[in-house]
Amino acid sequence: MSTYADPYASSRETTEGTVFSVTGGDWDSLVTEIGQAKEERVVVNMGPQHPSTHGVLRLVLELEGETVTEVRCGIGYLHTGIEKNVEYRNWTQATTFVTRMDYLAPLFNEAAYCLGVEKLLGITDDITERASAIRVMMMEFNRISSHMVALGTGALELGALSPMIFCFREREKVLNIFELVSGLRMNMAYIRPGGVAQDLPKGAIETILETVKDLRKSFKDNEKLLVGNSIWMKRTEGIGYLDLAGATTLGITGPVIRSTGLPLDLRKIQPYSGYENYNFDVVTADTCDVYGRFLVRVNELEQSLRIIEQAAKKLQATEGQPVMVADKKIAWPAQLAIGADGMGNSLSHIREIMGTSMESLIHHFKLVTEGFRVPAGQVYSAVESPRGELAAHIVSDGGTRPYRVHFREPSFNNLQSTSAMCEGSMVADIIGAVASIDPVMGGVDR
Amino acid sequence: MVQNESGMFGTSGTGDTSGYGGLVRQAENPGSTQRPYGGYFDQVADDLERAYPDFADAIEKVVVDRGELTLHIKRERLVDVARILRDKLKFEMCMGVSGVHYPTDTNRELHAVYPLLSVTNNQRVRLEVSVPDIDPHIPSLVEVWAGNNWHERETFDMFGIIFDGHPGLTRILMPDDWQGHPQRKDYDLGGIAVEYKGATIPAPSERRSYK
Repeated sequence: MSTYADPYASSRETTEGTVFSVTGGDWDSLVTEIGQAKEERVVVNMGPQHPSTHGVLRLVLELEGETVTEVRCGIGYLHTGIEKNVEYRNWTQATTFVTRMDYLAPLFNEAAYCLGVEKLLGITDDITERASAIRVMMMEFNRISSHMVALGTGALELGALSPMIFCFREREKVLNIFELVSGLRMNMAYIRPGGVAQDLPKGAIETILETVKDLRKSFKDNEKLLVGNSIWMKRTEGIGYLDLAGATTLGITGPVIRSTGLPLDLRKIQPYSGYENYNFDVVTADTCDVYGRFLVRVNELEQSLRIIEQAAKKLQATEGQPVMVADKKIAWPAQLAIGADGMGNSLSHIREIMGTSMESLIHHFKLVTEGFRVPAGQVYSAVESPRGELAAHIVSDGGTRPYRVHFREPSFNNLQSTSAMCEGSMVADIIGAVASIDPVMGGVDR
Repeated sequence: MVQNESGMFGTSGTGDTSGYGGLVRQAENPGSTQRPYGGYFDQVADDLERAYPDFADAIEKVVVDRGELTLHIKRERLVDVARILRDKLKFEMCMGVSGVHYPTDTNRELHAVYPLLSVTNNQRVRLEVSVPDIDPHIPSLVEVWAGNNWHERETFDMFGIIFDGHPGLTRILMPDDWQGHPQRKDYDLGGIAVEYKGATIPAPSERRSYK
């Protein structure tokens, strides 16, 4: 083998053959060294720290020259045991945990979980119109912020830097709305069983409508960067091909299956939170490739803006309505408020329980420490997250804590299609294919 | 299935003088449902009965609860029923598998739950298979829905249910050399006590809590 030791690409012998560790430096010396091996087949470990693998995804590639013959995914690097943890927290506390699963779509995690708990409690119909409208509005904003990351990082990974800068600029505007409404920019635990944590602050609707206008203009400008761009199309057209039959048997949902032409969108076919009352179109493409998925995401932005505008109208019409169910045994007694140091119990409520009403204090204490009981049974509640069908399988044993919460994560499921999309393609196209699945490792590993 | 729990706080052997320790709570899961099931559920059951002659033998019970249909299937018949649901009843997609561990459900401790979606008919059903802890084998559905591959690996990883016929049943989220199956109820959450302003707050699973 090599006659000198390369400090950047050292090699060692193992039972599997020679293993090279590439850390930088002169690529030529590595190529010369590999060239001496008898086999053409090279196994490459990509990740878990590779910047283009969306977090800690490890891909084990088998290459023949530059052609990929086999791809295997190594996952689990971000497993945090959230599903186990929530079994030791009460039903309301669990929102704080599940929101951290898919960290780019926190509101969808909360929505899937809370809709499930409400179904178990049998209070689905008691959720006020205003609470549902706030949920829909926040979820659609979240879809935009998540798609911004998908489009921005996807472009970045294929070498287009400017779209990333612009996408993150737009995402920032959406996060400002989150901060305005919930007090937090991510992981807000804003949607709670029974409604939402607090009502919109004064003047929020005006800011939201202004932001929508602003976003619509920016999206139009940004579109021109990549849609129809010949370099971008060369990198994405016909890449990562997965047709409807493949997607169906692999249980793929979201933009990936919509890029095969199937308008599968739970907001339309199995509406929740009043989505049946909104006008919007399900965006599809028929190219089954990375470019198609990119187009689906780009065009979904406008649909989300449309929904937000309609939700804003509903919010203006329902001004003053409660945002929590009336049942005082479920709704947390505190209306939260944003103070100088962030979100917390509203001072007027503290004044009431500490100064005037002993019963309020007892009730508050019981509900917060003990929580509420949920009748035994199981439900499966699904929402359309930016990545596809995100569902919570929730089992209750009748106690104050979830007996079992399982999240059917679209990222986890869709990532399985990596091999189907990539085997037989070039190494460089793996990046585009994985980016088009838009896996979020926090969701994959939970 | 009926579960009995006594006491109210999560601990025992402490000086609980509140009287709540003597409480006994009984939680009962929804039992078998009789026809009519309501909605499209009767249609699904009829179609399945017609398409699958051994229906009565394969189905342990049918539960309709909170607007969802659950078919409890004997594990020997799972693959047959799944194939018929896919090919004849157009349940094209399986959304995965979720395990549940019921230590008190004697000889049926481990449950595997499969949510199915029919895009054509816009319907959902749920299959549930229960197996004893000492013989945790369930036939794999990867042959029927390829997308169940990772889901079954996860359920094996977390519950120790062995899916026979799976192309490569290895751990997926936990490290390969991990001992035990973390989502089982006999597997403790763990954690360490934390000191905060001079007081010690016990690990989550050790804290006093209401049941």
